[in-house]
Amino acid sequence: MTAGGLKTRSPRLGESAPRPDGIPKVLGEFAFGNDLWADGMLWGKTLRAPHPSARIVSVDIGPALAIDGVAAVLTAADVAGKKTYGLETPDQPVFASEVVRYMGEPIAVVAADHPETARRAVAAIEVVYELTTPLVDADLAAEGTPIHPDGNVFRHLVIRHGDPTVQGEVIVEGTYEVGMQDQAFMGPESGLAIPDDDGGVELFISTQFLHVDRDQTAACLGLAPEKVRATVAGTGGAFGGREDICLQVHVCMLALHTGRPVKMLYSREESFLGHVHRHPAKLWYRHHAKRDGTLVNVEAKLVFDGGAYASTSSAVLANASCFAGGPYLIPNAFIDGWAVRTNNPPCGAMRGFGAVQTCFAHEAQMDKLAAALGMDAVELRLRNVLKTGDAILTGQVLTGAVPVEEVIRACVESPLPPKATGAMLERPGGAGRTADAHHVRRGVGFAVGFKNLMFSEGFDDYSTARVRLQDGVATVHCACAEVGQGFVTLVQQIAREVLNVDDVIVAPADTSVGSAGSTSASRQTWMSGGAVEGACRMVSEQMERNPGASYYEATFEHHHAPTEQLDENGQGNAHVSFAFVAHRAVVDVDVELGLVKVIEVATAQDVGRVLNPLQALGQIEGGIAQGVGLAVMEEMLVIDGVVRNANFTDYLIPTTLDMPNVLVASLIEQPEPGAPFGAKGIGEPPTISSTAAVAAAIRDATGAPVIRVPVRPEHLVFAADLVS
Amino acid sequence: MTDSYSPHPAYRLMVNGEPHDVSDAWIGESLLHVLRERLELPGAKSACEQGECGSCSVLVDGVLVCACLVAAVTVADADIRTVESCGSSQSLSVVQQAFVDAGAVQCGFCTPGLIMAVQDLIDRGIQLPHASPFDELATREALSGNLCRCTGYGRVLDAVARAVEASR
Ligand code: FES
Ligand code: FES
Repeated sequence: MTAGGLKTRSPRLGESAPRPDGIPKVLGEFAFGNDLWADGMLWGKTLRAPHPSARIVSVDIGPALAIDGVAAVLTAADVAGKKTYGLETPDQPVFASEVVRYMGEPIAVVAADHPETARRAVAAIEVVYELTTPLVDADLAAEGTPIHPDGNVFRHLVIRHGDPTVQGEVIVEGTYEVGMQDQAFMGPESGLAIPDDDGGVELFISTQFLHVDRDQTAACLGLAPEKVRATVAGTGGAFGGREDICLQVHVCMLALHTGRPVKMLYSREESFLGHVHRHPAKLWYRHHAKRDGTLVNVEAKLVFDGGAYASTSSAVLANASCFAGGPYLIPNAFIDGWAVRTNNPPCGAMRGFGAVQTCFAHEAQMDKLAAALGMDAVELRLRNVLKTGDAILTGQVLTGAVPVEEVIRACVESPLPPKATGAMLERPGGAGRTADAHHVRRGVGFAVGFKNLMFSEGFDDYSTARVRLQDGVATVHCACAEVGQGFVTLVQQIAREVLNVDDVIVAPADTSVGSAGSTSASRQTWMSGGAVEGACRMVSEQMERNPGASYYEATFEHHHAPTEQLDENGQGNAHVSFAFVAHRAVVDVDVELGLVKVIEVATAQDVGRVLNPLQALGQIEGGIAQGVGLAVMEEMLVIDGVVRNANFTDYLIPTTLDMPNVLVASLIEQPEPGAPFGAKGIGEPPTISSTAAVAAAIRDATGAPVIRVPVRPEHLVFAADLVS
Repeated sequence: MTDSYSPHPAYRLMVNGEPHDVSDAWIGESLLHVLRERLELPGAKSACEQGECGSCSVLVDGVLVCACLVAAVTVADADIRTVESCGSSQSLSVVQQAFVDAGAVQCGFCTPGLIMAVQDLIDRGIQLPHASPFDELATREALSGNLCRCTGYGRVLDAVARAVEASR
């Protein structure tokens, strides 16, 4: 499974080592969760509520059970352990039983001998709903009637920094909005559960957070954690969408109930309905500056719609609030952050985790401020950049590398792309809805962003690795979920480097070793990379002490420096480390049709140290693609709580024709103190400010205010009408 | 599978030059389902089953199709080629090698479909008598039906350039 058993020789840290799973993946031999199969296997399928808000009057599973080939139909009544789960607060039912709080909420699951039988059985379950009015406006949630016993406010976080009453000589104000983005990883949710003789269950699961999947699943099954033996199955992307559990409990319940292996895979529609999304947000800002452009105060109100259940809303809001000002020195601030519950789809982790939404707003504000000051927008940013020794809005003083000025300069100094050739496919709208060349205007926009690396606010998200060296071959065992990011490559590079060996086997990631934490928060290079390094160093020491041994083995648990909770004023040393990034976007816009073509995105990024240049480039290009998607095309359309576009026909992600060239102007290598090998995580920064840069470029091309992403043609066309 | 969904015609699929008899299968099964779940050929992936993503790309009588949109029974006796026919771990195809070398693989879920689409592009391109069909825009258009969520396509396009170069 996955990368297990594969061997490669070759490069050390800093070189473009090839992925150990690359060859099986190009051959089509790599086993994803979707590809797993077991003798006598049944197919699981979920019944989901079609309404965002309803009371469940009755559920009749009889007609489904009567279908030939159906082995089980399970509902809330069959949950043996805890009835609810959740990453931060266990507020989400395994199955809805009395109340439906979002469209797509699971009501029942079926196991059958064929996916078509399962589909028909799900359709045969009779549920009587009494519809209730959904709460869909996040602005009304806090004051509204609670739709859950825990209330409608996931978190209200206030940051008071310095003297928030300070007024600037120049003040700009704006309201911004970010739509709901989906991770849209290509490999839909999938898992295979196999019952064990001891009453436990073996779970092969596409995930990004294995041990917490295991713990949450075991709790709901009413089993001791060690009775659920979990292994990361090949995972087709994640981007935050697999941090929460979805089918884990369901598939194990079906396997335990039927005594047979059960496989579940979500269709694309179920995938859209079955995992959390990026929070839609409404953001109000007021920036205060001196005439010379020095920022003196920022006020903001942030309203994040968390949807029906908590997921990671609390931590997302913390990020949004802590980094609400952007990578600038701002002595005074008042940030009023809200994450609230509605009957919209649950929201949680997605690449950038709260920093993306506020970056779009604070960067729009910086451009607006520059215009009000009559100052160059880049100059304004350079005047206010954070440096080592400065405090961010939480009062935390930055002690590590803070190359904000460097990323800005490198990015803006890179050459601009040539003028458009006029080729049909290069124009906004492509060949299908081609722009008239005379109406095409070019625009250039710029944005800077930052966020934390690792989990914050006192969370000890450690990682564990076990290394065994025998006959010149190192075997590394770590439960870090490989979701495409290339950790398996890094494991080999680290072990080769530290142990000076060539053959490194990456063992399957499973729960027979300690937790590696989540593949999120740009944390695995630092946390699990550090765990692998630590275990390798212990093995090296053993070799020195005892040169003739037949094998050496060590396990290392890697913890980052401890962090604090935020106090009642939102102040405290809550974060471990930070990464900074700049993007410059160039767009062509047909101002009459409102069509946008993103021509190029240039970037410079603070990376600490590049451990694998080719993989770093892949992360940057892929992250920018998701940022471009949010800027111009990607949004879950949710109307009155009903999802209208849970498919790739209507939820559009960038194709080869939409994706611009990416120009990596510079990777700033200033080794980060405390980071293994000096390297910072690189996965999220590409997504943070790329959206904001594209939005700025569209403003530059059109003069439209662009206060909402994704930008739609009507936003530009009507704005152009207003201007003319 | 129960008998409630009839008919269950028996048919033969020719996949990668090998005959496979399919019997007792529901007539509604897609080629993708039959390849993956009955013939132990899981190389073609299913990311949408709606013809939108290209992860299930295979060749049927030399034409690149989405296997999720083809009823298996309708391609009985056609010449079906899947990613499993492209190379082996001892000898990768030129396209496969280019994907590995260029760093075009991350999660890899889109990869088998892309390998098929790029191979098809090269095979068709080289037959074209004139011009260079491999300018970047043409390549982008040819691959625009294959979604990838991880790479942003930069390394994929580099892999195509490398494969074209190596195929000349
Ligand atoms: S699975 Fe066939 S096109 Fe997406
Ligand atoms: S590599 Fe993950 S979808 Fe393409």
